[in-house]
Amino acid sequence: MPKRTDIHKILIIGSGPIVIGQACEFDYSGTQACRALKQEGYEIVLVNSNPATIMTDPETADKTYIEPLNIQAVSAIIKRERPDALLPTVGGQTALNLAIALSDAGVLEEFGVEMIGAKREAIKVAEDRELFKRAMDEVGLPVPRGGFAHSWAEAERIVEETGYPAIIRPSFTLGGTGGGTAFNPEEFEEIVRGGLAASPVNQVLIEESILGWKEFELEVMRDLKDNVVIICSIENFDPMGVHTGDSITVAPAQTLSDVEYQRLRDMAITIIRKVGVETGGSNIQFAVDPTNGDVRIIEMNPRVSRSSALASKATGFPIAKIAAKLAVGYTLDEIPNDITRKTPASFEPTIDYVVAKIPKWAFEKFRDAEDVLGTQMKSVGEVMAIGRTFKEALFKGLRSLEAVKPLRLRGVSDDELQRKLARPNSQRFSYITYALQHGWTIPEIYRLSRIDPWFLEQLQEVMRIQDRIEDRKLEDVPPEVIRAAKEAALSDRRIAYLTGTSEDEVRAYRKRKGIVPVYKRVDTCGAEFESYTPYLYSTYEEEDEAEPTDKRKIMILGSGPNRIGQGIEFDYCCCHASFALRDAGFETIMVNCNPETVSTDYDTSDRLYFEPLTFEDVMNIVDVEKPEGVIVQFGGQTPLNLAMRLHEAGVPIIGTSPDSIDLAEDRKRFGSLLRELGIPQPENGTATSLEEARECASRIGYPVLVRPSYVLGGRAMAIVYDEASLDEYMRTAVDASPERPVLIDKFLERAAEFDVDALADEETCVVAGIQEHIEEAGIHSGDSSCVLPPVRIEEEHLETMRHYTRELARALDVRGLMNIQFAIKDDRVYVLEVNPRASRTVPFVSKAMGVPLARIAALVMAGRSLSEFNLPEDLTEGLKNNKRYFIKSPVFPFVKFPGVDPVLSPEMHSTGEVMGVGETFGEAYAKAIMGAGLELPTSGTAFISVNEGDKGQAVVLARRLSRLGFNIVATIGTAERLREVGLNIETVFKVNEGRPNIVDHIKRGEIDIIINTPLGRTSHFDEQAIRRAALQYNVPCVTTMTGAQAIVEAITARSTKNQITVHSLQELHAASSAVHQA
Amino acid sequence: MTLTDSKPALLALEDGRTFRGRSWGAEGETCGEMVFNTSMSGYQEVLTDPSYAGQIVCMTYPLIGNYGVNNADAESARPWVEGFVVREASRVASNWRAEETLDAYLKRWKIVAIEGLDTRSLVRHIRDKGAMRACLSTIDLDEASLVEKAKNSPPMENRELASVVTCKEIYEVRAEGEERFHVVCYDFGVKMNSLRELARMGCRVTVVPANTPAAEVLALKPDGIYLSNGPGDPASMTKVVEEVRSVANTGVPTFGICFGHQLLGRAFGGATYKLQFGHRGGNQPVKDLQKGSVEITSHNHGFAVKADTLPEEIEVTHINLNDNCVEGMRHRRLPIISVQYHPEAAPGPHDAQHHFKRFIELMERR
Repeated sequence: MPKRTDIHKILIIGSGPIVIGQACEFDYSGTQACRALKQEGYEIVLVNSNPATIMTDPETADKTYIEPLNIQAVSAIIKRERPDALLPTVGGQTALNLAIALSDAGVLEEFGVEMIGAKREAIKVAEDRELFKRAMDEVGLPVPRGGFAHSWAEAERIVEETGYPAIIRPSFTLGGTGGGTAFNPEEFEEIVRGGLAASPVNQVLIEESILGWKEFELEVMRDLKDNVVIICSIENFDPMGVHTGDSITVAPAQTLSDVEYQRLRDMAITIIRKVGVETGGSNIQFAVDPTNGDVRIIEMNPRVSRSSALASKATGFPIAKIAAKLAVGYTLDEIPNDITRKTPASFEPTIDYVVAKIPKWAFEKFRDAEDVLGTQMKSVGEVMAIGRTFKEALFKGLRSLEAVKPLRLRGVSDDELQRKLARPNSQRFSYITYALQHGWTIPEIYRLSRIDPWFLEQLQEVMRIQDRIEDRKLEDVPPEVIRAAKEAALSDRRIAYLTGTSEDEVRAYRKRKGIVPVYKRVDTCGAEFESYTPYLYSTYEEEDEAEPTDKRKIMILGSGPNRIGQGIEFDYCCCHASFALRDAGFETIMVNCNPETVSTDYDTSDRLYFEPLTFEDVMNIVDVEKPEGVIVQFGGQTPLNLAMRLHEAGVPIIGTSPDSIDLAEDRKRFGSLLRELGIPQPENGTATSLEEARECASRIGYPVLVRPSYVLGGRAMAIVYDEASLDEYMRTAVDASPERPVLIDKFLERAAEFDVDALADEETCVVAGIQEHIEEAGIHSGDSSCVLPPVRIEEEHLETMRHYTRELARALDVRGLMNIQFAIKDDRVYVLEVNPRASRTVPFVSKAMGVPLARIAALVMAGRSLSEFNLPEDLTEGLKNNKRYFIKSPVFPFVKFPGVDPVLSPEMHSTGEVMGVGETFGEAYAKAIMGAGLELPTSGTAFISVNEGDKGQAVVLARRLSRLGFNIVATIGTAERLREVGLNIETVFKVNEGRPNIVDHIKRGEIDIIINTPLGRTSHFDEQAIRRAALQYNVPCVTTMTGAQAIVEAITARSTKNQITVHSLQELHAASSAVHQA
Repeated sequence: MTLTDSKPALLALEDGRTFRGRSWGAEGETCGEMVFNTSMSGYQEVLTDPSYAGQIVCMTYPLIGNYGVNNADAESARPWVEGFVVREASRVASNWRAEETLDAYLKRWKIVAIEGLDTRSLVRHIRDKGAMRACLSTIDLDEASLVEKAKNSPPMENRELASVVTCKEIYEVRAEGEERFHVVCYDFGVKMNSLRELARMGCRVTVVPANTPAAEVLALKPDGIYLSNGPGDPASMTKVVEEVRSVANTGVPTFGICFGHQLLGRAFGGATYKLQFGHRGGNQPVKDLQKGSVEITSHNHGFAVKADTLPEEIEVTHINLNDNCVEGMRHRRLPIISVQYHPEAAPGPHDAQHHFKRFIELMERR
């Protein structure tokens, strides 16, 4: 069937900000879908609130709306654009939910928009567990016993049938939020009540436990002619009970016989037909009883998912792209396989390697969270590794994680070991290897962990190889043992550690012995056909298929797994570098190991190496490719940390020199540079011991900001007000980065903070964007909302920042991008930090300004002169007359970590960001808040409780809220002050004053907005309880006065302007370039 | 057993390419046609498929043996491959149905096997140069000598192997439930699952040796004839092709699969030819030219029917979308159908199972 000609304009909904459970895999899928359909001649309208995406680049779609993903905004877009069709299946659960909401609200019908890919009915059956269970019953397929509860009473009835342990899953929540496993009635009640509250439809599914069963996933595709193919099977290393996003997963399935596999395949085909997903991809999860082969169907996602991104990368079959083409009417046999060129997409990929995906967690950032894995996803990112054996894939994957803690545990008691093996946790893998090394048998470990003995056997085989190396001299280890170790992906570093030598020596030794990797291709077909795409992975075998060319080439080092502080923004930059350099005639080589990204799409760069970002792996590729330049500036801290070593090994790093990078990162060198330039910096020092720290802090004067050097996202960064807290900090922070000193800075209380991104080369420096933080100093820049252009600052200070930026660019000899953080206190501009690399805010600034910063930077690094681009000295100038405000707001994962205080601090906690655009500050901020998923009230009750210093400001805000029609309630001290000026205030109890207290009011839904600034140590518990309740009940809660002012402005804007105004990025950029020219 | 302390083994191809690896399974020496299979699961079905007689099989999926071996999944009474080549053999069997490890099974049946070589390189070599003779040994580790042995082994062209794998005597498989039809199966190397599928659909199946004359078959008064899969070059089967033609021309519904399909092609005047490296795996897209639909199918063939040599009365019904080769035929007048692939799967997807139903329908219409 050829493509449909009755539709012309297609609306694609993205997945919004990066959150746990929904990460950049949807940028990958959305981008593929946009491109595929644009190529087919359709006009593409895209909406996504996340600016840090390739999909929201103005070139990806025809009309790009960076707007909140809610009914109001998307209705406005539909009304304006009148698309013929809506593709809801490439933007994760968010897009699917929104499409259903638009349909339920009658918007699609009113404007004649057809849903393509998956129809409303199919989505409902797949998503609504009750309907899904019924559908499965009708085709005789087994689902777990249990039922749905809408109340506690119903839940009690159901658990009688399922028994304990019982699995509880709330309906329609992301990544299983609010779910869990209950082993007793007490836990059951707690989880059920939480789950009912978390579910937007107040419904939880309660099911029999199939804990310990093996878990499998199948990726299925179907076309309009009812052809169905399975793209990939995935087996979970961790058995049922751990969310698949938190499991190590392996492709293809390893422990199923063909009879069992074909049974699952038959079921998958029956399911996709029964549910009625007409075209595109779906993901189906199965549980298999390891003792008798019984099967249960766990769930189906009628859309492109995290697993389908993984399956695409694992097989080379581009699921999202093909799904988009199927949605407009093509059939599988009409679509060619890009990799083989000669064969069609109507086949099932077969692979001749093993793929392992390993999650990356961030428990170290949520100290009070218990490190336990369950049905609620907690990982913030993942890596994928490819090897010719499971051992190779797994250990390469572990290396890709860039783990901070050493993988080897010491002195674990039997008791603890038993507990850690039995209860899934982020370190379980290390405990398994520990157990194996300490003589625990595979049956014992299996009994506790239920991890299939086959997997355990593989680990044991690696441990045995390791035993043959440990405590010997490198020269005494037979070369075939070193080879066996390399075949199992043990790193040079590990071998060096085992033999008491250095990584460089191991590398030199094995090269002397001819133990070097070769590169094999991912080709979808097990080498049955020739592959035309250099999508490569390393292995220790004979034949090399890399076939490097002799073109001019540049290698780009990616950013590895997503984590808090290093996310999609950096992948965005790497992709841009690749696109730009490809256009400029270079062959581009991407190195990365994150399967969720656009950068690891096989057609983003000319060549893709799916490899860990370690010195060893990068050097191996450099040896084969011999690039004329390597870019380390775009992938965040990961490649930057390799810069010096690569440079010393003779690798041509282009852009800002590794020495300049070091100059900016090394506190001492940087401090003297600033003194030379006469640029003020908060007083600071470094300390390698507690004594030094005490001495330094008392010299500088409290409060001080303390942190380890060379870390990401303000890891372990804290504000310390006295010596006792400093002592405590020094005890806990030292293990954050052992060999590096602790940095101590004077903390500038209540200062205003700014982020400046700039482009520079030897002659020119362009200030790309001065962003003003909405929250005051003390909150990590990644966690603060920020606005472009600045709104509360004098022009003179802006001029000073521009001046310092140019000075620093010159002094550091920046070639490409740089980011500077400034603070202004008492009318003095301080430099807090300089990063001579792409920053987190590059995509935001690029989208706001309509200037592709990363692209220009890449070209400058490759030798073009910045002056050729004809940019003004400060891009922000253009916005001034254009009356447009852009606000970036963070999104936090606190809701996934029960027991954690959702407070903002110098340590970054946000996982993603959204952008809001408006003609006023208030309008832009209102959109940013809505984009971040909060309801912005325009009426109702405001709760105000502020510290003494903030009370004057609180009066102003209370009066404004009151004028907007809000009732005001306050705690006693604040209430008294507000009454003084004649406001009508109701007093509420603090948590410890009696009941009902403020938390009760929040839980009863009586509070619509909270303004609560910290009152000091004593009320800490109170504030924490308020913040948790606000989080749980989705009530906006601001903890700084500057934040409060901003939110009141946003509320004012929403109250005075009822309709949401939307403009595409293309329109906005056309307007601002007109201003630039004028 | 660890990775480095097993015995060495050597694989030599007739064109001089050699691969060193480690011995597993049985020790010894064996020669055969070097082919590869791309199925990621189903090694036991592959090993026991009689169509692999005379061949050394390399699995493209690198990890083999993970779920062990069990009695129920065997496609015949014994493994038929000449030798077995994998990247890494599993030391353990992990599956509730497993009865022994694959290593123990291969030892028991004296199948020589090798692991630890660059199998992808081997596969790419065969893909580019074509299937060729090979010799696998744990005894003779001299490259030149083993290449010589490969060169001196019998080529697959014109090789007759049906007589090696066929049953020695007639036997019967009872219908499951009520008996609806009586089918005579020509055993050129039949897989158990074909017989199981027929039995499940109510057929009593009389399995006869490959060289059974037409008259004897017709004397059994069959409602239908099933021409099975099997090894070797169909061009070597001149006598059998005669018998097949006589039986099929009587108008008794006839269903040929794989080798049986090739024999039907020849019986009606078509030619067969050797493919570069054949189709062996479970992911081959076959298009039904009438319905336009695509099925993902299980293949194991090194020869194919040449489309442009077929007479007018034979219609090509199915083609392979990868290389457009003939995958299914139909006689325009007579109730004869055939497919080049394996509707019984085992291993592989069940998409093509419906062809058995087509065969049943031919018998119903009669």
